[in-house]
Amino acid sequence: MTVLDIAGLTLSIGGTEILRGVDLRLEAGRVQGLAGESGSGKTMTGLAVMGLLPPGSQVGGRITYGDQELLGLSPGRRNALRGTEIAMVFQDPSTSLHPMLSIGAQTTDHLRHHLGLRRTAARERAVELLSRVRIPDPAGALRRYPHQFSGGQRQRIAIAIALACSPTVLIADEPTTALDVTVQAGVLHLLRDLASEMGLAVLLVTHDLGVMSAVADRVAVMRHGEVVEDGERHQVFTAPAHPYTASLLASLPGATGGVQSLDDVRALEAT
Amino acid sequence: MNRLLDVTGLHVTYRGRPPVRAVDGVDLAVEAGQVVGLVGESGCGKSTIARAVCGLVKPAAGTVTVDGTPVTPLGLRRRPAALTRVQMVFQDPYASLHPRRAIGVQIGDGVRAAVARGAAPSEPAEWLRRVGLDPDAARRYPHEFSGGQRQRIAIARALAARPDLLIGDEPISALDASTQAVVAALMRDLAVDSGAGLLFISHDLSVVRLIADRLVVMYRGRVVESGPAQEIWRDPQHPYTQALLAAVPVPDGSGRMPAPPVDDARYPQDAVLR
Ligand SMILES: Nc1ncnc2c1ncn2[C@@H]1O[C@H](COP(=O)(O)OP(=O)(O)OP(=O)(O)O)[C@@H](O)[C@H]1O
Ligand SMILES: Nc1ncnc2c1ncn2[C@@H]1O[C@H](COP(=O)(O)OP(=O)(O)OP(=O)(O)O)[C@@H](O)[C@H]1O
Ligand SMILES: [Mg+2]
Ligand SMILES: [Mg+2]
Repeated sequence: MTVLDIAGLTLSIGGTEILRGVDLRLEAGRVQGLAGESGSGKTMTGLAVMGLLPPGSQVGGRITYGDQELLGLSPGRRNALRGTEIAMVFQDPSTSLHPMLSIGAQTTDHLRHHLGLRRTAARERAVELLSRVRIPDPAGALRRYPHQFSGGQRQRIAIAIALACSPTVLIADEPTTALDVTVQAGVLHLLRDLASEMGLAVLLVTHDLGVMSAVADRVAVMRHGEVVEDGERHQVFTAPAHPYTASLLASLPGATGGVQSLDDVRALEAT
Repeated sequence: MNRLLDVTGLHVTYRGRPPVRAVDGVDLAVEAGQVVGLVGESGCGKSTIARAVCGLVKPAAGTVTVDGTPVTPLGLRRRPAALTRVQMVFQDPYASLHPRRAIGVQIGDGVRAAVARGAAPSEPAEWLRRVGLDPDAARRYPHEFSGGQRQRIAIARALAARPDLLIGDEPISALDASTQAVVAALMRDLAVDSGAGLLFISHDLSVVRLIADRLVVMYRGRVVESGPAQEIWRDPQHPYTQALLAAVPVPDGSGRMPAPPVDDARYPQDAVLR
């Protein structure tokens, strides 16, 4: 079932074209991966769904959520959806976390406000979410402030906050960049579980093709403001349709990619 | 042996109730012309070590020396020129760039620091080109760039200062796969060619493997394994290192999930040093 349909999304900022007609479809219970060149417009696509584009943005096309056309919604309706039904883990951790508020305030207030939970129920849910993302001493963590956590812990707290209200759609913009691979594996299992158990629709922006290969059902690839590839995971990895996708796969360091040594990297650079 | 960076018996505790023992007795060295990869669990104390090396946190015990000179906590005083020889690329590229100064000017700060220590002058635009950005972008401001672009600007600024010791704290985490290896190799080449040292903190084990001569693996405030990078890669000894290497997801399109971390794993406390 399609939950969110992005069709022909265009964006320009100050006369510069950033998105040139992006089409993406998020389905309930499925993880749609989005990879692509740095600066290709992945974050802007996510921000457009959230209604959080920078000032001076000119948007066109359609973003349909259920029977609502998001680009035409009043700011009030948009705010009501944001963080409750459609949530985002921001690439920039300082956008997700308020530096002056305790973690407790940022998780439980949110829950009490949007879900009308009582104080103890909100606290319990916050502690449960923090422990699912493996924050040590989750109850104690509620009293602490963002700067008292490591980069990866902050990233995981941002994930917990985004999931707090049990959204229908989660946009996760590079949610595991600050995590080591063991802790990352825990977060990937959490996303997979939420998709299969709760029907969460996920847009997972990641440049890590290993992560992509593990959790994405479909994989899209962006370049210069366009989706140049969108297909089932296995097909994209084994028989990519677009030459850019093929070059991305070939440039990977490690066993499956073509890059085994520094000399291979230098050859890559020369092309 | 010429030890550019020498960290011995480092303990760092953050105040609070309860206090957090972030670094719990760490020894680590970087020699001139060497790249040391520092890897480990999220929250194990890697950034804290980097901060101690830059004098941004006060050790509870232990010493940090750069070329034999002890590093003292900086406080809010301005950094003397000698300290610009240690450059750090911070984990959060958003926090480390000044929001209201054009990026060319900020890279120019790095160039001036290098010139003040006797290096030849260089052009900010050229540094932008070397990290794969448009040289004409020098007039623009940080908020006009994507996450990966900002990270490369921070790297360009640090490299422009021609440091003797470069510390990269997750410096390539926001870059796409093909750019990651290229930028990491650039950091290595510039450091090694000028006889500088590079302490490279990263979760990306495939890139660490490419550029690091030695590897230091940490778990919960301690070093659990260290030695020549290729040896550890080929034959990890400590159970945590083994778990780490086994959890790297393989980009084969199979949909196979890596194993989740073990709850409350009780790893042996003895480090494997070689
Ligand atoms: N406020 C802004 N004003 C003008 N251009 C901007 C602004 N913010 C971003 N851009 C440009 O828009 C383009 C798309 O940016 P976006 O952040 O979506 O890239 P991305 O695909 O998420 O890249 P990355 O992988 O590096 O995070 C980039 O080329 C960037 O320079
Ligand atoms: N200012 C602070 N006050 C209290 N505790 C802190 C502070 N900064 C970090 N910590 C704690 O110290 C420990 C080590 O943090 P550090 O940032 O060094 O980890 P890290 O290895 O860099 O992790 P990551 O890979 O997630 O960035 C963590 O448990 C963290 O919660
Ligand atoms: Mg982005
Ligand atoms: Mg860190």
